[in-house]
Amino acid sequence: MSGRSALTRARVRAAWSFLAPMLIVLALVAGWPLVRTIYFSFTNANLSDLSNVKFIGFENYLAVYDGEWAGLLADGYWWRAVANTIRFTIVSIALETFLGFVVALVLNAEFYGRGLVRAAVLIPWAIPTIVSAKMWGWMLHDQFGIINDLLMRLDLISAPIAWTADPNIAMWAVILVDVWKTTPFMALLILAGLQMLPGDIYEAAYIDGVSPIRVFFKVTLPLVWPAVMVAVIFRALDAMRIFDLIYVLTSNTRETASMSIYARQQLVDFQEVGMGSAASTLLFLVIALFTIIAIFVGKVKLGQES
Amino acid sequence: MKPAKLFGRIAFYALVVAIVVFAVFPFYYAILTSVKSGQAMFEISYWPKSFDLANYIAVFREQPFALNLMNSIVVAVAVVAISLFLGVTAAYALGRINFRGRGVLLLTVLAVSMFPQVAVLSGMFELIRFFGIYNSLPGLVLSNLILTLPFTVWVLTTFMRELPKELEEAAFVDGATPWIVVRRVFLPLMWPALVTTGLLAFIAAWNEFLFALTFTLSNEMRTVPVAIALITGASQHELPWGNIMAASVIVTLPLVVLVLIFQRKIVSGLTAGAVKG
Repeated sequence: MSGRSALTRARVRAAWSFLAPMLIVLALVAGWPLVRTIYFSFTNANLSDLSNVKFIGFENYLAVYDGEWAGLLADGYWWRAVANTIRFTIVSIALETFLGFVVALVLNAEFYGRGLVRAAVLIPWAIPTIVSAKMWGWMLHDQFGIINDLLMRLDLISAPIAWTADPNIAMWAVILVDVWKTTPFMALLILAGLQMLPGDIYEAAYIDGVSPIRVFFKVTLPLVWPAVMVAVIFRALDAMRIFDLIYVLTSNTRETASMSIYARQQLVDFQEVGMGSAASTLLFLVIALFTIIAIFVGKVKLGQES
Repeated sequence: MKPAKLFGRIAFYALVVAIVVFAVFPFYYAILTSVKSGQAMFEISYWPKSFDLANYIAVFREQPFALNLMNSIVVAVAVVAISLFLGVTAAYALGRINFRGRGVLLLTVLAVSMFPQVAVLSGMFELIRFFGIYNSLPGLVLSNLILTLPFTVWVLTTFMRELPKELEEAAFVDGATPWIVVRRVFLPLMWPALVTTGLLAFIAAWNEFLFALTFTLSNEMRTVPVAIALITGASQHELPWGNIMAASVIVTLPLVVLVLIFQRKIVSGLTAGAVKG
C-alpha cells in the first residue's frame, strides 16, 4: 500500500498549496489589521501620522489624570453607545423573530399566489442598507413624510412627529427600518426549518383532533427552535456591529450612536486612532465572547440530544 | 363554506396583503417620489399623478454619478472574481482532502466572518496607506475581501464535500494533477454554487458602506452607497429628495431584478451559509 500513501502525501501537499493563496489573503485583510488595531489601542496613535506612535499601556481604556478618571471606560458617551447597541440588538431581534415566524408560517401554508408573496418579501433584503435608510428617512420626514400624513389621516396622532430627530423616538425609527429590512432573512431561515419537519406528526395530530394552536406550541415550536436559535445568533452578531443604518438615518447623533459609530467617530472624525482602536477592540471582544458562549451552549445542547 | 372557516380565510388573506404592502411599499414610494418634480415633491400622494424624469437627469448632471456607478461595478466584479478563485481552490483542499488542521482552518475562516468591520478599520487604514492605495478602487477591493472571502470559502466547501467521492479517483488513476482535477472535474459541476456565492458576494460588495466611506476621499472615487449617503442640497436642511430617490431606484433596480430571477438559489445559499454553519 506504499503507492497509496505516496498518493495521499502528494494530495496533502497539494491541499496546502491550494489553500496558501486564500490563507495569505485572509491573513493580510483580516489577521494583520486586527493585530494592528489591538496594538494601536495601547498607543497614542493619531490618524495624521501612524508611523510615529508611543506605547501608553491601558491609558486609552482607563487612566487617571490629576485625580480625574479618563479613557474609554470613564466616558459616558461610550457607555451610552454600549447601551444603545444592546437595546437595539435585543428589541430588533425580538421583533424580527416574532414577525419572521408569522411570515414563515404564512409562506409555509399552501395558497394561491404564494410564489409572488415570497418574491415580494425578498425585496427589502435586496435593497442596499443605505438606500433603505434614505427611503425610510424620506417616508419618516417630519414635514413631508408619508408616515406622518398617514397617521394623521387615521387620527392616530394629532401633530407630526420628528421620527429621526427626536432623541426619544430616533432609536425606534432605527429599529423599525432594521425590522423591515431583516425580517425576510429571519423568515426564510425559519421557513427552511419548518419545511424539514416531518408531515406525519401533523396528520396524526389532525386525526386526533388537536387544535392547531396546541399543535403549534407543542409540536412546531419545539422542533424548529434549534433552527431559530441559529438564526438569532447570526442576527445578533450582525446587530451588535450595526453602523450604516444608524449613520445615515439619524445622522450620527449621540442618542442613537452604536459602538461601531462611536469607534469610527473617534478614529476618523477626531483622528484619535488609539482611542478608536480601543473601542473597536472592546467591540471585538464582546462579539468574540458572545460567539464562544453561543457555540458552547449550542454544543452542550447537542450533547444532551444525542 | 362555514362562516368560521370563511372568516379564517379572509383573515389569512388580509395578513398576506399586509405583509406584501409592508414589504413593497417603501420601494414603491421611492419610485413614486423619483418621478415627481418641483412643488409636487412636497405634496404627499399615494398614487402616481405625474411622470417626470428630471430627477434622473439631475443625478447624473449634478454629481459624477455615472462614475460612481462604474466604480461600484468595477469593485464588485473584481471582489467576486478574486473571492471565487480563492474560494474554489481553498474549498477543494478543505472539502475533498483529509489533512491535519482542517477543522481548525474551517473554524478560523468562520471566525473571520464574525469580525466587526470597525475592528479592522485602523489596521486596514494603515495597510492601505502602506500600499499607497488610499482613495483608489484597489483599496476598496482589498478591504471588501474580508466580507466576501469567509462565506465564499464556507459555502463552496459545503458544496464540494457533498459531491460523490468517485469523481476525482478515476481522474487521479489516469494521472491527472490536482489542478487539472479542479478545473476539468469540479469546476463544470460547481456552476450552481458559483452563481449563488458569486451573487451573494456581489451584493455584499455593492452594498458595502463603512470601508468605502473611510478609504475614499474624492467624489470621483466614491462608490454608489457613499455617493447617495453624501448627496446634499443648497443647505443641510434642504436635501434634494428627488435626486436621492432617483439614485436609490437606479442602484436598487438591478439588485431587485437579480434577486427575483435567482430567488431559489439565493434562499438555498443563505440557508447553507447559516443553518449548516
